[in-house]
Amino acid sequence: MSVSDLSGLNAERATPGARVREVHDSFHGDLLEVSMGPHHPSTHGVFRMIVTLDGETIVKLKPVFGYLHRNHEKLGETVTYLGSMPYTDRLDYLSSMTNNWAYALAVEKLAGQAVPERAEYVRVILAELTRLLNHTCLAGFLMQDCGCSGTPLMYAFREREYILDLFESLSGSRMMCNYQRFGGCRVDPSADWLAGAQKLTDRYGTFLDEFETLLTGNEIIMARTQGVGKLSPELAISAGVTGPMLRATGVNYDLRKVDAYGVYPRFDFRVPLGDHGDVYDRYMIRVLEMRESIKILQQALAGLPAGPIMDPKAKLRSFRPKAGEAYGRIEGPKGEIGFYLLSDGSPNPYRYRIRPPSFINLTVLEDMCLGHTVADAVIILGSVDIVLGEVDR
Amino acid sequence: MNLAVIPVAASVSEWSDSFLERLPLLARDWMTSWLPEPWRWLVNSLLSIAVILSVFGLLFAYVTLAERKILGRIQNRPGPNRTPIPFTKLRFFGLAQPFADGVKSLTKEDVVPRGADHLLHFLAPVVLLAFSILTFAVIPYGRHLVPVELNAGVLYFFAAGAATELAVFMAGWASRNKYSLLAAMRALAQLISYELPLLLAWVPVVLVAGTLSTTEIVAAQSGWQFNVIPHWYVFTPWGAAGFAIFMIAALAESNRSPFDLPEAESELIAGHLTEYSGFKYALFFMAEYFGMIALSGMAITLFLGGWHAPSPYLEFIPSYVWFMGKLSALLLGFIWIRATFPRLRMDQLTRFAWKFLVPLALINLGNAAFWSLSLHWSGPLQILRWLISVLVVVGPFVLLGRKLSAGVAPRVYRYAV
Repeated sequence: MSVSDLSGLNAERATPGARVREVHDSFHGDLLEVSMGPHHPSTHGVFRMIVTLDGETIVKLKPVFGYLHRNHEKLGETVTYLGSMPYTDRLDYLSSMTNNWAYALAVEKLAGQAVPERAEYVRVILAELTRLLNHTCLAGFLMQDCGCSGTPLMYAFREREYILDLFESLSGSRMMCNYQRFGGCRVDPSADWLAGAQKLTDRYGTFLDEFETLLTGNEIIMARTQGVGKLSPELAISAGVTGPMLRATGVNYDLRKVDAYGVYPRFDFRVPLGDHGDVYDRYMIRVLEMRESIKILQQALAGLPAGPIMDPKAKLRSFRPKAGEAYGRIEGPKGEIGFYLLSDGSPNPYRYRIRPPSFINLTVLEDMCLGHTVADAVIILGSVDIVLGEVDR
Repeated sequence: MNLAVIPVAASVSEWSDSFLERLPLLARDWMTSWLPEPWRWLVNSLLSIAVILSVFGLLFAYVTLAERKILGRIQNRPGPNRTPIPFTKLRFFGLAQPFADGVKSLTKEDVVPRGADHLLHFLAPVVLLAFSILTFAVIPYGRHLVPVELNAGVLYFFAAGAATELAVFMAGWASRNKYSLLAAMRALAQLISYELPLLLAWVPVVLVAGTLSTTEIVAAQSGWQFNVIPHWYVFTPWGAAGFAIFMIAALAESNRSPFDLPEAESELIAGHLTEYSGFKYALFFMAEYFGMIALSGMAITLFLGGWHAPSPYLEFIPSYVWFMGKLSALLLGFIWIRATFPRLRMDQLTRFAWKFLVPLALINLGNAAFWSLSLHWSGPLQILRWLISVLVVVGPFVLLGRKLSAGVAPRVYRYAV
């Protein structure tokens, strides 16, 4: 591969990385192929990128994954509908609550199962807590990739711990919550728990202020992330990118508004949109989304109705939905998480398929990285927000 | 400066020869007094080397511990606190941790990659450490404590210091690892970029002091204004700017965050250290901290008045204690910066050096020249002199800074309705 073949590559990419490349072009050096991963500090698990470098500029990037493949979708066909619920925790292990909800939603659609109002509210509360948790972690990891020696990450993990404590006291497990059921939730949150959630919600804005004071206006952060890893809205839409990554490109697509599932239409919240689609926008969109999540949490905690948490008519153990198919999707923290189920009337799904947001968001990685340096590739990957449990399934 | 120095001659002569001040010399003379006269100089020199190695070796050990503790404190965690004194259960906040680390690195297997250049792979940490230690020779640690009196001491210091980057390149090249190679390229680019502002930052000091000898530069900063403001170069406009440029370049020279690109953990695993293990790794680590300590020591000598006390009333504290105090303060700054700042990208790093630090340092050189030409100005002219000098520092800083960060700004976000 000669360097001159790639000269047209950066015509539309007026980025700092492209300027580095122009300088490198004049030297016509050899290309260097580096295998980053599967055990690299910044690949967020066992992801591998085979990058071809010209100096430090990426001219080709080949993602390799599957190191964490656990046959999840085939397993789903061999166990009962309820038996798959704990497995969904292990997809995106940072946000098991939303995985549970998406799966429960798909099964409820399949069986025509109604959900009590209290359960809908609790689901919203837990989903928004999960969003806070996920975005906080992501911001911390992204800053770690930028080279902060752990400080933002430790701050993020301190807050994450409070949310995990809430999850633990409700579901018995910090990360593998296995909490949602078809037709409601497993346990009813106590008044103590709700008070704890209220306290966390009230306090979270203060943490975000502190975090943003440290990072958002930082000159180095801005220089490192602005204009890096640009994604055009057209490419994002045609690649099926969803979630904060899509909204950072300026596309107004939030399933909480589009599908209006659950009780989301009752809450007043806004959807922040970016204009550039670069790493900084992706980071900022998540920070702004967290502030909106706090608003939703406040409203949901205030309006939580009394009543049963489970539909009394819901069947869990000998659950056999009618033959048919259903696709349930929600706005997970990483994007659209959806479950497609095909039932033949037996206790197991005939076909069980997942739409994993981080896997689909990852497909545009090469397009975002070309023309940038190795250092940029690391933060671009960090800004995609992947969890390998979900990518490899 | 042409400002009247209020004489405190009595106290100076009193304290400068005090027992505490002369203690290291007295101890040395006592130890070598039994030797015949012609042999004494040799043993004296060997003794200074031994003292430097042991003092800075210990300092290195405890700077690593302090760094981990302070980083921990900043990040809401305790840092290492479990290592007990051997055969006891006394923990003392983990004070034995550096020695446990030392034992660990000594007993670990030394892995050399099969494809590596064995000789260079072995030599790189040795060369790095040797050159780092060489730089300790010319720093005046106290009133009577200068290991080697060179009349071009500053030049010698930076010549020896610049050689350390060669060792980093050797390590990167000899490891036969792609990450190491990338790190070596980064290290060379960083060396070429930051050697220049580092050198240009101290040239004004030489210009004003009129000497390249470290002891004479320290002597030129003696005295106090009104007995409270010391005549250190950092308290002049050009000195403050020079000090800032020097410290930024020193961060880059010692591969510390935010300029730790050659060993960028999140990008290049461990950079040039990727293929090093065991005691060779420890040597690299040691040399990096030695470099940091030496550069801080030189910054103190050039800008912070060396071993001078900040006020004549504090002169009763021996000069070497003041030196160590200033050194600790600067090292704390290094650690604090590491805990706070993200890393720059390579092109930003070089751009920052060439488009910001080098022009600023050159302008600062002119500023220092103006300062030494206007030495005789007095009365209201003195205020004018300060004004001009401050303007020459601040004006270019603002203009160049604005140009450097063009296109980078906080953004306002819109919301979908």
